[in-house]
Amino acid sequence: MKRMTKKNRANFLTYGGVILAYLLIRVYDGTVGLSSMIQGLLVPICAYVTMALALNLVVGVSGELSLGHAGFMSVGAFSGTAAAIALQNAIPLAPLRLAVAMAIGAAFAALAGFLIGIPVLRLNGDYLAIVTLAFGEIIKSVFNNLYVGLDAKGFHFSFLNDTVSSRLGAGGKLLIGGPMGISGIKIISSFTAGIILVLLTLVIIFNLVNSRAGRAIMAARDNRIAAESVGVNVTKYKMMAFVTSAALAGAAGGLYTMSLSTVVANKFDFNTSILILVFVVLGGMGNMWGSILSASFLTLLPELLRKFNLDQYRMLVYAIVLIIVMVVTNSPFLQQLVENVTGRFKKEAPAEAEEGGEGNG
Amino acid sequence: MADRVQRRPATKLVPVPSTNKIPERDVDKTPILECRHLGIDFGGLTAVNEFNMAIGRTEIAGLIGPNGAGKTTVFNLLTKVYQPTRGTILLDGLDTHSMNSVQVNRAGIARTFQNIRLFGNLSVEDNVKVGLHNQVRYGMFQGVCRLPGYWRGERVAHERAMELLSIFDMQDLADHQAGSLPYGAQRRLEIVRALATNPSLLLLDEPAAGMNPSETAELMDNIVKIRDTFHIAVLLIEHDMSLVMGICEGICVLNFGEIIAKGTPEEIKNDPQVIEAYLGKKREV
Ligand SMILES: Nc1ncnc2c1ncn2[C@@H]1O[C@H](COP(=O)(O)OP(=O)(O)OP(=O)(O)O)[C@@H](O)[C@H]1O
Ligand SMILES: [Mg+2]
Repeated sequence: MKRMTKKNRANFLTYGGVILAYLLIRVYDGTVGLSSMIQGLLVPICAYVTMALALNLVVGVSGELSLGHAGFMSVGAFSGTAAAIALQNAIPLAPLRLAVAMAIGAAFAALAGFLIGIPVLRLNGDYLAIVTLAFGEIIKSVFNNLYVGLDAKGFHFSFLNDTVSSRLGAGGKLLIGGPMGISGIKIISSFTAGIILVLLTLVIIFNLVNSRAGRAIMAARDNRIAAESVGVNVTKYKMMAFVTSAALAGAAGGLYTMSLSTVVANKFDFNTSILILVFVVLGGMGNMWGSILSASFLTLLPELLRKFNLDQYRMLVYAIVLIIVMVVTNSPFLQQLVENVTGRFKKEAPAEAEEGGEGNG
Repeated sequence: MADRVQRRPATKLVPVPSTNKIPERDVDKTPILECRHLGIDFGGLTAVNEFNMAIGRTEIAGLIGPNGAGKTTVFNLLTKVYQPTRGTILLDGLDTHSMNSVQVNRAGIARTFQNIRLFGNLSVEDNVKVGLHNQVRYGMFQGVCRLPGYWRGERVAHERAMELLSIFDMQDLADHQAGSLPYGAQRRLEIVRALATNPSLLLLDEPAAGMNPSETAELMDNIVKIRDTFHIAVLLIEHDMSLVMGICEGICVLNFGEIIAKGTPEEIKNDPQVIEAYLGKKREV
């Protein structure tokens, strides 16, 4: 089908770009060799790219604003990593354990998204921004005060005070230690796993957008009253986009923390949420490859500056780069260029069509 | 002021003597739509009051009246954009009291909007496909995993969308962005999108607004064609009298939220109250 190929060309270019980047980095690493600094950034970049894509599904595709996406990342990170530690003996195969842990993280984050969505998404307005903002802060406090341990008798929980450590039996371990977070994490995340997550995220988002559900989500974004007038249950489809996004953010959180040896709740704060939003806005709302580029570049930038001893100018350069990127992405010439390449130019209406009448009402 | 949200009292189904002229072929059939004592207040303002009307199953009916008479408000009541303060709406004999906009559409009412409300960033074809949302169904999982249900559903949706677009010869515009269409085409697309929901009653709010006379004539033909091919009822609001008098079988005139006249085009044309509402009271010399 010629029509389908044309419509999906941009999507396949995006998949291809990600795979090509992966191969190039692998080849470069094998021949020249990457510095350990860059190597340490590969998994975080994949995690932030996934975060940006997930947030873009909410902001760009469903038209809602979330100011607490780091909260979902946090839920996924803590539940996924705790699960990985708990499953250490049950699943010896590291990649499988990683996959299971990320799935568990995604499930918990999806549940959190669902619980937030129930009261908020039936409302029309900016309520989601306010509630997710609060959610991000609440989740941070919760994980700062939560103690979870595991021994032969099962899970032990306590809140505010660590009564778990004393109750743990022989061979038991403290999974989550309040403000100390999770420590002694086995590093099982890998660049390959990260790229697989990014590709999976892209497939989910692109396939969702080009389906019945995706059209309903975008219709509700463009005009809520009209969407309801043609029988689209707006709350349901906004929920679908939001929960999917939360689940992807949870998986990204799991991937991210399992590349570190320790993680604390304060890592996923309001600044992180805003950083992810900056990736999305910079890359263009609803523009997935834009999110990939901006998230990768802006995660690399501070480290590159450090490398070239421009550390003290870091924030200055960061700001200048933001401004340049915004100017460039808004340049009509470059937009045209990109649209020509991806074949996604919006056709103008035929000239023979009539002139517009005066708007009414 | 009693700003408290009041629950609408349960309405008694008192039959209302309908003075509508229902077309002969629809006599003896239950009307597709019947409004009884329908009314709504916005704060202190009574926008619509004692609105009684019945529409036959394949009737083309008109709702006219001066600006601000409450015509669009009637549409908003029928489609539950607003909940009525008073009265009953019977769709095919079924009380829509507890329904919301989505459920009313599924029950069979589709509409267009006076101020166009298209999905501006979607393509023309996708706008129609959103209209087919409840006609061609498959789950989110089928879509994300591209299971056979997805391919089957998309093929049927594409065929149906093209078929519907062909009513107005708009197949060539299928890939265009809806928001970039000229005004007249946007109005036609709204009609196609409404038809895609497979309604039994189509509400058109000023379908000819901003169209030139030749386009209006074409639109008139198409409205009749739609009624004849889909066998549905059409209720339209229009200021263009040539269109209303040309195709409507029954007309209802609204002024200040109240019905001031009902009847055939001939009767409406000669009704002194209607003439007064439109042209003002004749000054006594
Ligand atoms: N949501 C609302 N809140 C308050 N008043 C409203 C609301 N909607 C409509 N009205 C009022 O109800 C009255 C009827 O408005 P409506 O839009 O139904 O008129 P109309 O007959 O469609 O007029 P037009 O021909 O200009 O489209 C107007 O006085 C309007 O100001
Ligand atoms: Mg109106």
